[in-house]
Amino acid sequence: MRSLTVLVGLASVAIVAASCGGTDTTASNEAATSAAVESLVAPSSGDGAFPVTVASGDSDSTDEVVIDARPEAIVSLSPTATEMLFAVGAGDQVVAVDDQSDYPEDVPVTDLSGFEPNVEAILGYAPDLVIAASDPGELVAGLDAAGIPVLLLPSATDLDDTYAQIERVGAATGHIGDAAELVGQMQADIAEILAEVPAGTEQLTYYHELDDTFYSVTGDTFIGAVYASLGLTSIADAAGSDAYPQLSQEFIVSADPDVIFLADTQCCGVTPEQVAARPGWAGMSAVTGARVYPVDEDVASRWGPRVVDFLRSTADQVATLQPAG
Amino acid sequence: MTTTLNRAAVAGADSGTRHGVWSGRHGLVIALCGLALVVVVVVSTFIGPAGLRPLAVLREFGDALPWVSVESGLSSQQRAVLWDIRLPRIVMGVVVGGMLALAGAAYQGVFRNPLADPYLLGVSSGAGLGATIVIVSGGLIGPFGLPVVAFAGGLAGVAATYALSSTVGGPRSAGVIVLAGVAVAAFFDSVQTFIQQRYDETIRSVYAWLLGQLVTTGWGDVLSVLPYVVLSAAVILAHRRVLDVMAVGDTEAGSLGVDPVRTRLLVILAATLGTAAVVSVSGLIGFVGIVVPHTIRLLFGVSHRVLLPVSILLGAAFLVAADIVARTVLSPAEIPIGVVTALVGAPFFLIVLRRARHADG
Repeated sequence: MRSLTVLVGLASVAIVAASCGGTDTTASNEAATSAAVESLVAPSSGDGAFPVTVASGDSDSTDEVVIDARPEAIVSLSPTATEMLFAVGAGDQVVAVDDQSDYPEDVPVTDLSGFEPNVEAILGYAPDLVIAASDPGELVAGLDAAGIPVLLLPSATDLDDTYAQIERVGAATGHIGDAAELVGQMQADIAEILAEVPAGTEQLTYYHELDDTFYSVTGDTFIGAVYASLGLTSIADAAGSDAYPQLSQEFIVSADPDVIFLADTQCCGVTPEQVAARPGWAGMSAVTGARVYPVDEDVASRWGPRVVDFLRSTADQVATLQPAG
Repeated sequence: MTTTLNRAAVAGADSGTRHGVWSGRHGLVIALCGLALVVVVVVSTFIGPAGLRPLAVLREFGDALPWVSVESGLSSQQRAVLWDIRLPRIVMGVVVGGMLALAGAAYQGVFRNPLADPYLLGVSSGAGLGATIVIVSGGLIGPFGLPVVAFAGGLAGVAATYALSSTVGGPRSAGVIVLAGVAVAAFFDSVQTFIQQRYDETIRSVYAWLLGQLVTTGWGDVLSVLPYVVLSAAVILAHRRVLDVMAVGDTEAGSLGVDPVRTRLLVILAATLGTAAVVSVSGLIGFVGIVVPHTIRLLFGVSHRVLLPVSILLGAAFLVAADIVARTVLSPAEIPIGVVTALVGAPFFLIVLRRARHADG
C-alpha cells in the first residue's frame, strides 16, 4: 500500500512539475537586460571582483561555488534568500523567485517551487545564478550539468549564521559592501533592542504555537534562541530532545505559560479569541491577562534581515509583561 | 482465504462448538468485554502529562455524582484539564475505536473477506480526499462540511471499488474486490497528493490528519460525530443475524429468505457513514478495523452476534489504550495515534494474512 502511495505521489509530482514548465522567457530576458543597463548606469557600491568563490551549504559545509561574472539573472528558490537578495541591493539582478517568496512586495514571483524544483523550468529563465535552501531531487546536479552555479543557503541555525549568509549573498552578487553594511545595521539594531529589555524577564515562560495541533518549539531552535535573548523560556523544553515537539494539550494548559505566541494565524486561521474559546483554556493566565499574541509566520520562520523586526515586536510585547517579573 | 472464513463462519454460526469455550455464552462474553472497556477508560483518566493524582480524580468524579459532595483538591485549572481536555479525548477514543472496529467487522462480513477494512476498500482514501479538499479550501464549506464531504468521498471510494470489481470479476470474488480497492485507493491518494502539492501552506494540517489524531478533540467534536455513529452502529447491529446467514454464500442466503444485495448495500452504507464521520474528526487511524475483529474471531468464534457488539467494546478499549501510549511515551510531547495503532497493527495484519494463506493451501 505504502509504496504504491509513494509511487503515485511521485507521479503526481511529475505532473505538477510539468505544469510549471511553460515560462515566459521574453519577459525574463527583458528583465535581465534592464537590470544590466541599470547596473551600467548606476554601479552598486562595494562591487566585488569576479570570479568569486563563495561557501555553499550550511555553516560547517566545505562546499564552494565559483561564480565567474557578476550575476544578472538570479533565480531564488527560497523566500529567505529572496529577502536577503533585495536587502543587499541585488533585487535588480533577480529575474525569478519561487512561489513561496512574497517579500518585498514587488518580487518577480513565478510558479517555480523550492520544494519540488524542476530543472527545466528553472533553465527557462536563463539564470546565471540559482539560490536555494535545499537540494531536493538532484537540483544541484541538474543545474551543474547545465553549467549554472547553485548557492545553497539552508535555514540559519543562529544569528551569526544569518549574518554569514547575508555576507555570502553579498559576495555572490557583487554587493559585499552593502551586505557588510546591512549586517552591521542589524547588529546595532539588535543590540539596541536588547538593551531596552527590562530586567526581570527571566522567570517568564511562553508557548509558541506552530499549528492548531499544538506543534511547538523548544529553546533549541533559532526562534527559541531569539525568545531566550529576551529572557523567555519555552514550556516545550520539558519535551526533551525533539526541537519541534507536538505537545499534549493538557500539558500546555497545566504548564500555564505567561505568554502565548500564535504562529498559526495565517496557516490555520487561529485567533486569540479562538484560543480563549478552546475547551479548558479560558482559565490560563495568558488568556485572562490578554497575553496571546499573533506573530507573522513568515517573519518568524525566515531567518533573514527581518529577524530584527520580529525581535523588536516581541520585545515590545515582553515589555508589557513587566509586572510578572 | 474466503473459503476458510466461510467454513469457520458456518461452524461458528451453527453450533458454536468449534471455536473456543466462549462460544454460545454471548451474554457473558459481552459483559466481560464491557468490563474490560470500563477498566481501560478509568485507568486512562488517571494518566496524562498534567500529572493529576488518581485519588483526586476519583474524588472529583465522586463530587460530580448527584447528592455527593467531596472536596477533590483539584484547582480550577486542573478541573478544566480533566473535564474539558482529558475526558472528551477519552470518550472520543471510545467512539472512534468502537466505530472503526465495528465497520471493519461489518465490511469483512459483507465482502466475506478477512482483509476487508476501510483502508482496503477505498473508503478511507475517498474520505481523505474529501477532507483534504475541505481543508485546502479553507473551511469554505462550513464547520459541518468536513464530515459530509468526507462521507461523500468515502462512499465514492467504496462505490468505485464495488463497481470496478463487479465489472471485472463479479462482486462475489473477494480477491478482485481487494485488488479493485487497492486501485481505487491509489487513484484517490494520487489526486489527494496532487492537491496537497498545490496547497503546501496547509500541508501540515493535512499531514496531521493523515497520521490520525485525537489531539484537538473537545466535547463539540464528540457531539458532532455521535449521531452518525449511533445510526451507523444501530443499522449494522440490526443485521447481525442476517450477516451470519450470508456467510454461507449469496445463493444459500437467498434460499433462506435473505436479500443479499439489499443487505450488503445497507450495511456498506452504514459502515461507510460511521467510518467517514469518525475519520473526519480523528484522521486516518489505521488497522483498528483489522486487528480487533480478528482477535475477537480467534478468541470467541465468528458469529456476528458476538463479533459485532464485542468489536465495539474491544475496539474502543484498544484505541483508548493506544492513546495512553500516544500521550505518555514522549510526554509532554505526543506521538500521532495512527503511528501507535500501525505499530501494533501491521505485524498483526501479516499474521492474519499468513494464517489465511496457510489454511487455504
